[in-house]
Amino acid sequence: MELEAGIHPKANLVMVRGRIDHGSSMTFSELLHPHLEKCKKGNPPLILDFSGVEYVSSAGLRALMIATRFARNQGGRLGIAGFQPLVREVFGISRFDLVIPCFDTLEAAVGELA
Amino acid sequence: MQVRFWGTRGSLPISLNADQVRQRLLSVLEIAARLPAGQLDTAAGRAEFVDSLPFALRGTYGGQTSCVEIQGSGPEHLICDLGSGARDLGHAKLACFGPGAPQTYHVFISHLHWDHLMGLPFFSPLYIPGNRLVIHGCHAELEAAVRLQMSAPGFPVDFSLVQGQVEFRLLETGRAYDIAGFRVEAMLQIHGGDSYGYRFEQDGKSFVYATDSEHKLDREDHWAACIDFFRGADLIAFDAMYPLAEMVSVKADWGHSSNMIGVELALAAGARRLALFHHDPLNDDASLDRLLADSRRFESLSRQRRPPLEVISAYDGLTVEL
Ligand SMILES: [Zn+2]
Ligand SMILES: [Zn+2]
Repeated sequence: MELEAGIHPKANLVMVRGRIDHGSSMTFSELLHPHLEKCKKGNPPLILDFSGVEYVSSAGLRALMIATRFARNQGGRLGIAGFQPLVREVFGISRFDLVIPCFDTLEAAVGELA
Repeated sequence: MQVRFWGTRGSLPISLNADQVRQRLLSVLEIAARLPAGQLDTAAGRAEFVDSLPFALRGTYGGQTSCVEIQGSGPEHLICDLGSGARDLGHAKLACFGPGAPQTYHVFISHLHWDHLMGLPFFSPLYIPGNRLVIHGCHAELEAAVRLQMSAPGFPVDFSLVQGQVEFRLLETGRAYDIAGFRVEAMLQIHGGDSYGYRFEQDGKSFVYATDSEHKLDREDHWAACIDFFRGADLIAFDAMYPLAEMVSVKADWGHSSNMIGVELALAAGARRLALFHHDPLNDDASLDRLLADSRRFESLSRQRRPPLEVISAYDGLTVEL
């Protein structure tokens, strides 16, 4: 599991790669934290590019929910974009697509959140 | 070993209402109207048509609360919880053995919430002299809770008037018991007022009853203990009450789990079969059909190189041969 800051004029873009499962969800939360701290009122939205994510388990989804909550409490906006089909399916099965803003493309996420 | 589900609903008994039955008939007739002419002219053709329908149209998951029977090689009966499903179980036992053949029933109580005890006053063998009921549990208040339930003003027949012989036995976690030819172990679970899961083993087969149990994703110790308890089980009855998103947010600390967590734990434990159990009374049959399909899909997405886990959804009347 890896995180890498991307470049976008209107968003704080972070590319996520690999599996966010029981073994790696803690690391994911730790790596995400510095980006999350900047996700507050007045700042550009934090958009997680998930095109490199192969799998998300329940622990990974919970980490994402906590991140969304953290951002919201700071008045920030957080969204996920560019899912692989199987990962998008897991968001549907868990109903997390109703809790975390999910977008098919980066443009759609920027259009809605920025 | 055989496991029979007599009650699979969580929290409160429910039943189909007139509107739901009417809607179901309309849905079935709509499908039937598209059949080739003549298919429904024979009894066999009609049976074939009904059997081809989704479970939510041809059957129902049922609405009785938790009660599961385990049949082993011995003559004594094992029962997990006495929810409202215990009424049908009691009648079936009387129909089978009659009042002239006293039986011994070993009951294992997960916890003392209403939905897991409410069937006891309606468990008919309780009122027949000669029958023996051994009620096992891990709560110190077990006997007091049973007596309170069968006392005025809550119930007209006081517990002291039952004719069967009733014994209470407190079990402890962390050790194995030999009960009626089964190896039995109990495990503490996260639930308001505590609940306990039970593992039953006989002749190389194992069944785990794990309901009313919240699995906190940040509790490593608990997660690992569950995997250990579920290890290699042939069947796990698992509290799959809420979708994961609700379980970890608005319904956090409500003491229940989710289908996805059941799949993850069962896969990690190398279990053979997972039965979704303790269905939310808010879920109708169509929702439960979808929940099962979703769970099977999640299993195939999560399995990786591990052996497949069969996911089923428990319904009132289901029998599983292990
Ligand atoms: Zn319950
Ligand atoms: Zn309960």
